[in-house]
Amino acid sequence: MGTMTSKRESGTVPNGIGRSVKRTEDARFLLGKGRYTDDLRIPGQAYIYVVRSPHAHANITSLDASEAKSASGVVDVLIGSDYLDDGLGTLPCIWQVRNKNGSVMAEPARYPVAVDRVRYVGDAVAVVIAETLDQAKDAADLIVVEYEPLAAVVAGPDAIMPQAPIVHNDAPGNLCFDWEIGNRAATEDAFSRAHHITRLDVINSRIVPNPMEPRSVVAIYDDIADEYTLHTSTQNPHLVRSLLCKSVLRIPEHKVRVVSADVGGGFGVKCHLYPEEVLLTWAARRCGRPVRWTADRSETFLSDAHARDHVTHGELALDSDGTFLGLRVSTVANLGAYLSTWSASIPTYASAPNLAGQYTTPAIYAEVKGVFTNTVPVDAYRGAGRPEANYIVERLIDAAAREMGLDRVEIRRRNLVPSAAMPYATPLGPVYDSGDFRKCLDMAAGNADYEGLAERKQDALRRGKLLGLGVSCYIEACGVSPSRANGISGGRIGGFEMAEIRFNPDGSATVFSGTHSHGQGHETVFAQIVTDKLGVPFESVMLVQGDTARIAFGHGTVGSRSAAVGGSAIVVAGERIVAKGKRIAAHIMEVDVEDVHFEDGEFRSRGTNKVMTIAEIAHAAYLPINYPLDQMDPGLDEICFYDPTNFTFPNGTQICELEIDPQTGHVELKRFVVADDFGRILNPMIVHGQVHGGIAQGVGQALLETVVYDADSGQLLTGSFMDYAMPRSCDLPSFEVSYHEDSPCTHNPLGVKGCGEAGTIGAATAVMNAVLDAMSSVGVDHMDMPASPSRVWRALRAATSKLPRPTASASATAGNGNQVGNAHGE
Amino acid sequence: MHMFEYLQPRTAIEAEALLLANEEARAISGGMSLLPAMKLRLAAPSHLIDLSGIEEMRGTSVDDNVLTIGAMTRHAEVARSSVVRQAIPGLAALASGIGDRQVRNRGTIGGSIANSDPAACYPASVLGLGATVMTPRRRIAADDFFVGVFETALEPGELVTHIAFPIPERSAYVKFQQPASRFALVGVLVSRSRDGTVRVAVTGASSHVFRVPSLEQALAAEFTPGAVENIAIDTEELNSDIHGDADYRAHLIPVLTARAVDLASKPDAVGKI
Repeated sequence: MGTMTSKRESGTVPNGIGRSVKRTEDARFLLGKGRYTDDLRIPGQAYIYVVRSPHAHANITSLDASEAKSASGVVDVLIGSDYLDDGLGTLPCIWQVRNKNGSVMAEPARYPVAVDRVRYVGDAVAVVIAETLDQAKDAADLIVVEYEPLAAVVAGPDAIMPQAPIVHNDAPGNLCFDWEIGNRAATEDAFSRAHHITRLDVINSRIVPNPMEPRSVVAIYDDIADEYTLHTSTQNPHLVRSLLCKSVLRIPEHKVRVVSADVGGGFGVKCHLYPEEVLLTWAARRCGRPVRWTADRSETFLSDAHARDHVTHGELALDSDGTFLGLRVSTVANLGAYLSTWSASIPTYASAPNLAGQYTTPAIYAEVKGVFTNTVPVDAYRGAGRPEANYIVERLIDAAAREMGLDRVEIRRRNLVPSAAMPYATPLGPVYDSGDFRKCLDMAAGNADYEGLAERKQDALRRGKLLGLGVSCYIEACGVSPSRANGISGGRIGGFEMAEIRFNPDGSATVFSGTHSHGQGHETVFAQIVTDKLGVPFESVMLVQGDTARIAFGHGTVGSRSAAVGGSAIVVAGERIVAKGKRIAAHIMEVDVEDVHFEDGEFRSRGTNKVMTIAEIAHAAYLPINYPLDQMDPGLDEICFYDPTNFTFPNGTQICELEIDPQTGHVELKRFVVADDFGRILNPMIVHGQVHGGIAQGVGQALLETVVYDADSGQLLTGSFMDYAMPRSCDLPSFEVSYHEDSPCTHNPLGVKGCGEAGTIGAATAVMNAVLDAMSSVGVDHMDMPASPSRVWRALRAATSKLPRPTASASATAGNGNQVGNAHGE
Repeated sequence: MHMFEYLQPRTAIEAEALLLANEEARAISGGMSLLPAMKLRLAAPSHLIDLSGIEEMRGTSVDDNVLTIGAMTRHAEVARSSVVRQAIPGLAALASGIGDRQVRNRGTIGGSIANSDPAACYPASVLGLGATVMTPRRRIAADDFFVGVFETALEPGELVTHIAFPIPERSAYVKFQQPASRFALVGVLVSRSRDGTVRVAVTGASSHVFRVPSLEQALAAEFTPGAVENIAIDTEELNSDIHGDADYRAHLIPVLTARAVDLASKPDAVGKI
């Protein structure tokens, strides 16, 4: 699917940076030979089944597991009181957000298994350990839990109503935090001077990320060594280890090895410490058996962190010519029943600082209330806060353009930060280091034939269709993150990344990285970097990831950071290899180190014909006979902990064109055109893949996906793929992706900005702006996601009299998208 | 999944006897509905009576203007059968749109109609084409076959062996997909027989597939899309769920009927969507 840009690839080194090198990892993935956690078979393993609450909110008045414990094949049944008896801790949130008054947020306890009360459908109440999964499930049916049901609240705004049921007694009013950012007074002043104010209420719908591989955990306890091994499908093994050991089980970190082998998609949902990881580690020691658990898809819906779920009011103040004067945004963010690992940071620091967007808006103020509800905890998902920021800003701009009679592209052009203004400090803190926003907008508008839109709309009307085009200019703070920035904003985690390049005596190189590829292609791209920088053949570079026993440290893969931070760490480690190699070469060549230079994998001495390959240097370093042992250690193995000095700011413009069938409400995407600035491109093919997948997920939220809870019972109504609508290939057009490399990142050695989340960040907005563009011609000016057929039809029905009808010459079945027609005629 | 005993009879009579002998036994054909239910522990049959070894229940034939399809014929086989494509191409096309490729390679026409899923496609063809459902015991008219949610006129232990479709003058099926499951949110099959009788069968919209007399009468008078456009459908018996309420389904029925009529009226429409 999709078209590749015709731009010539920038790299010159075979298999080096800038080349569309085919992915090393694909051979095993495509042949079904990936090694996933669930593929592990450990001698003596037992199966775990997690018994989950059927109630959204209830007190547990009694729990009797005696019959289950004596059932066939059962090893043990563990419940909340066992956990308390063992004196273990609760799952932490790694961001401590402060309230407007400076006080810290509420952090109610999150036990991995309920101790007295359940707070969402899916909350764990018991752990059954048995010889087989079927035996564990049979025994689960024998556990008698008596619940005293309590009133439940599922919507964020409802949770802060005065009479709302209280989810946590130590979070009054269900408020986790009431946070603000920006200059309120300056913003109010800007609004007082405004020629026009656009006001908009939007809901950023709740979604379930649903990576293809469900979460899976295998825990092993070695009682001789008193050591644990935790295999888990995580994006971030070191984070899991740190939180598990320090905050929850209170085990020294060196006693726990966390391994995350092949992982089938993460999208942010696997970058948390989950209750099951705690429960299995605990159970492995309690019962002295390796234990395993893999979520079935129903459990994925009930136990993976959900995402988004913002209810937002936004206001944009404009001058008479459409210049943005000020922006005010107020959000209620539904955090679910408990704080998940990153959750407090997502609607706050991951979202609001991005509200400046690509624009020069001088005064911005935002406030966010994080609230508890009786729903699955909410946390990061591809884009994590930035799609929400993009959505309100770009929806407001379209609304303002409609209200003021201005062209949507023109009003954006007028307000873009000019490239000449870089570096540009936004009013909320981020400092954009580089970017040519106008260039991406013009590229996308040109490729999408924005000028020809009116004609296409007329053509669609003749066919009985409503055509719409939506624009979304996005920018995102990526390359997370400068550790200081984390600390200043309440982060309890660093943001650097670690890379180690270990040359072997034969000249091959093993790269250890603290990032984690769960589909991104690090094995390929990191090898490209090493090939490009050190001249080691591509095939002679191997990546090691996802194992705390083999990798010194890391912060995993989140926030489009792997290339920008992890890749930069590799570059710096490589520079240290070269520096040491030069000194070794100088000794052997008997020249001054200043006269040695390194290029294309060879150390050459100026003014002589002496040359040594990096493989020869590696050999010399491990067989140090003719070697400067008085000056340095043997070996060729360098490590770098790279802490970025700033975020990176990928940016671009996405344009979606679609047609609505007014008779059915079905939305059919016709074109999806994007122009991106990701800085330097390491592997164009992989970048395209990232953009395609990202768009698909944004389109999914805009048109299809949404979580529905029953407002009274708190039951999850969209608990399977029969009711939760995922995007499929047939829902998507061929993507038209282009990019420019003229604004590389200025503060990292690769000049890369990151591309993992960009597609998702802009796509939902582009689609919804297009839906509203299509419907505005018949008087519909608002709709929340998803723009599903029945919702679109209902919105249009209010304007029935204006609906187009196909002219006689146009077929009643022209274009049918969702509709499949099968005919028989003679 | 709970434990069960697996049996593989060679004839329909033998299969019926096994079903009657074991109260908790279930017949399995393609298993596309039963197996997921078993995996979710929503069904726990004591015995699975596998019908896949019964040769007499397979295959397609045309005789005296009637297309007969064996109950164990897979959707993919119907979709690509030259016999079906020549006799009732709209039926082959309907089969090609069921589920996904994997489902079509396993699922069977007999299993689908015996299951009577409210949103399945095949029931619309059986009712909309006025087919006859054949069992070892009797012949059941389509109008008498579907009686409720997952409920048919079949008696305990009674198996569908064949479905006999009278070949119409023209027919077409239009499915509007539920966004998540991609089953029919509403599916409409329209047919006109050689004697001018029109049948309109709707699936996905109610407890089970049903006919719409008002649409049939209008189309009998004038077989054009315009004939049904302004006919209102009573919402009382229609489903409401998170993907569409009864009003929406009622609206879609004449819209899709008109499209099916349009499709059926085009001699070159076969194979096109």
